[in-house]
Amino acid sequence: MTTLTKTEGEKAPTGPDSFLSVRDLRVRFSTEDGIVKAVDGLSFDVERGKTLGIVGESGSGKSVTNLTVLGLHNPKTTTVEGEILLEGQDLVTTPEKEMEKLRGNKVAMIFQDPLTALSPYYTVGRQIAEPFMKHTGASKKEARDRAVEMLTKVGIPQPRTRVDDYPHQFSGGMRQRAMIAMALVCDPDLLIADEPTTALDVTVQAQILDLLKDLQQEFGSAIIFITHDLGVISDMADDLLVMYSGRAVERGSVREVLREPRHPYTWGLLSSMPRLGGSTSQPLTPIPGSPPSLLNPPSGCPFHPRCTFTDKVSGDRCSTERPTLGDGRAAACHLTAEQKQTIFIDKIQPRLR
Amino acid sequence: MLQFLIRRLTGAVVIMFLIGAFTFFLFYTVPQDFAALSCGKNCSPENLAVIRENLGLDKPLPTQFWEFMSGIVAGRDFPQGHCSAPCLGVSFESGEFVWDSIIDRFPLTLSLTVGGLVIFLILGLGSGLLAAWKRGTVVDKIVSGASIVLSSFQIYLLGPIVLGLLVYSTGIMEFPKYYNFTEEPGAWFLGMLIPWVVMATIFTAQYTRMSRSTMIEQLQEEHVRTARAKGMRQSYVFFRYAWRGSLIPIVTILGMDLSALLSGAVVTEFTFDLAGIGRLAVDSSLTKDLPVTMGVMLFGAFFILLLNILVDLAYAYIDPRVRLS
Repeated sequence: MTTLTKTEGEKAPTGPDSFLSVRDLRVRFSTEDGIVKAVDGLSFDVERGKTLGIVGESGSGKSVTNLTVLGLHNPKTTTVEGEILLEGQDLVTTPEKEMEKLRGNKVAMIFQDPLTALSPYYTVGRQIAEPFMKHTGASKKEARDRAVEMLTKVGIPQPRTRVDDYPHQFSGGMRQRAMIAMALVCDPDLLIADEPTTALDVTVQAQILDLLKDLQQEFGSAIIFITHDLGVISDMADDLLVMYSGRAVERGSVREVLREPRHPYTWGLLSSMPRLGGSTSQPLTPIPGSPPSLLNPPSGCPFHPRCTFTDKVSGDRCSTERPTLGDGRAAACHLTAEQKQTIFIDKIQPRLR
Repeated sequence: MLQFLIRRLTGAVVIMFLIGAFTFFLFYTVPQDFAALSCGKNCSPENLAVIRENLGLDKPLPTQFWEFMSGIVAGRDFPQGHCSAPCLGVSFESGEFVWDSIIDRFPLTLSLTVGGLVIFLILGLGSGLLAAWKRGTVVDKIVSGASIVLSSFQIYLLGPIVLGLLVYSTGIMEFPKYYNFTEEPGAWFLGMLIPWVVMATIFTAQYTRMSRSTMIEQLQEEHVRTARAKGMRQSYVFFRYAWRGSLIPIVTILGMDLSALLSGAVVTEFTFDLAGIGRLAVDSSLTKDLPVTMGVMLFGAFFILLLNILVDLAYAYIDPRVRLS
């Protein structure tokens, strides 16, 4: 089975350390056009107190995976296979009633756009207090005090009066702080942050990231951090999972993946990212083509239609055989380790300077 | 909030005045001799002059307008006696004060509206919510299908069918008739039941469709998903988060429907031979009884303005973003 390690090159045991283990997860939606394979055989682990970053383009299955972890998919149109083990409990087979007790309590989620993700009809305080009352059985008064306490923790000024404000009276950054307060109110063991800073401007973004890091220190929660911003991920995450077309294509520690990426898709991602202090003579190289349709994903390696290195692989393996993702530090690609090394040093590294 | 109310009420008074002025001058631009209309066949010039004087038509137009408008506020005197405020003039046809004929008909209109409202709100919103909750299931399909069929029905079609089944052929029920609610509440209820049900059927279908679609829309809102992600019960999320957002469009339509019903449910009244405001309006326009037409129109305009203000107040209650801006 696949596991993430923090120590380089070493295989971590699938032991009590991995708090959340996703095993061969497959999520399919039936739509009018056919069956969408949103997640197709995904495995990863998250350790207690660590942050796993998940990167990938829109439609790569990042958000679906995490909504499925919380059981927020539509059960009528979605089929879920595989295992999502939270401390040994399989969330795929856990009934809705039990899931309700986990959500917002043991596992909480922060959404992308705090303006639409907070209800406009209720005060911030009430929205923070609600899950606390539900999961701890606290009284209204206690829950309100807790909401004030949480607002203080996330750095909202004058929390005693602000607790009675409505979300539209908050600025974007404050709303996201309130959202974080709401997610952390029951002291969850796992926090899923789905692009929590995408809707915010850069200075606020930095504040929110710092806040999340501080709170992780304090609460000791594991975090799954979903983003398509590689700059943010290098700052936040311990481990990194690169997703493409509903699959994991590369995995390793953040340093490993960003410094020495081994998958052509990751190379493409990094080459297409502008850098401060980067050479202006080096043009940004976009990945050719567009993301594949999940209704009818390409055969073999899902990246092969856009990959510029398929000719290096003997025969038509790229289009017929699906590459597997090995354990630990790994990339799902048919290129041999030596080929990857050579291509990376000769062609990719110069672009990243 | 008080400031808002005062502002809206002042606005409403101004609008009422403008509507009054507009209707008044509109009617007097019509090339009709109203005195001749109420004079009958054997009309001598002397008779005509008397009628002119009685109706106040001999005075110059500005004076007539002033008398009409001030009559609404302060009442005015006619040859047949004092017409107390709000005086809407005298009917050309019956010689009765317009306000009195309206007030005479209003209990029926009010009964019809309130009874129908109770039925279509309970059934319409109830079935709409049920369909949204059970979205995609057989229940949803039956409810949605039935609501499409029923909303394409018309009162004048459904009414005679129900009358045929329950009154003419079987005699289970009496033909609809209005009884005074305070005197005979039982008879009132039975007398109005068929009109209520038939009228409410059409409205129910519309409210079912509307509440179902707005609920489904609201259930896809991100904040509704957030509430679920917090571990709130599905029913709680449904009624607290999604329902709250659905109220805005529902209240909007409800306000318009209510003001229309209170200014007269013409088709329902004619179908069941009931004499309400709607009947009064139609009869008066057929006989060119312009003071009555004007009176009914102003009466309806009053409800439209009133319900507009009530709907705005409801918005403020439902959505804090409206309240504070």
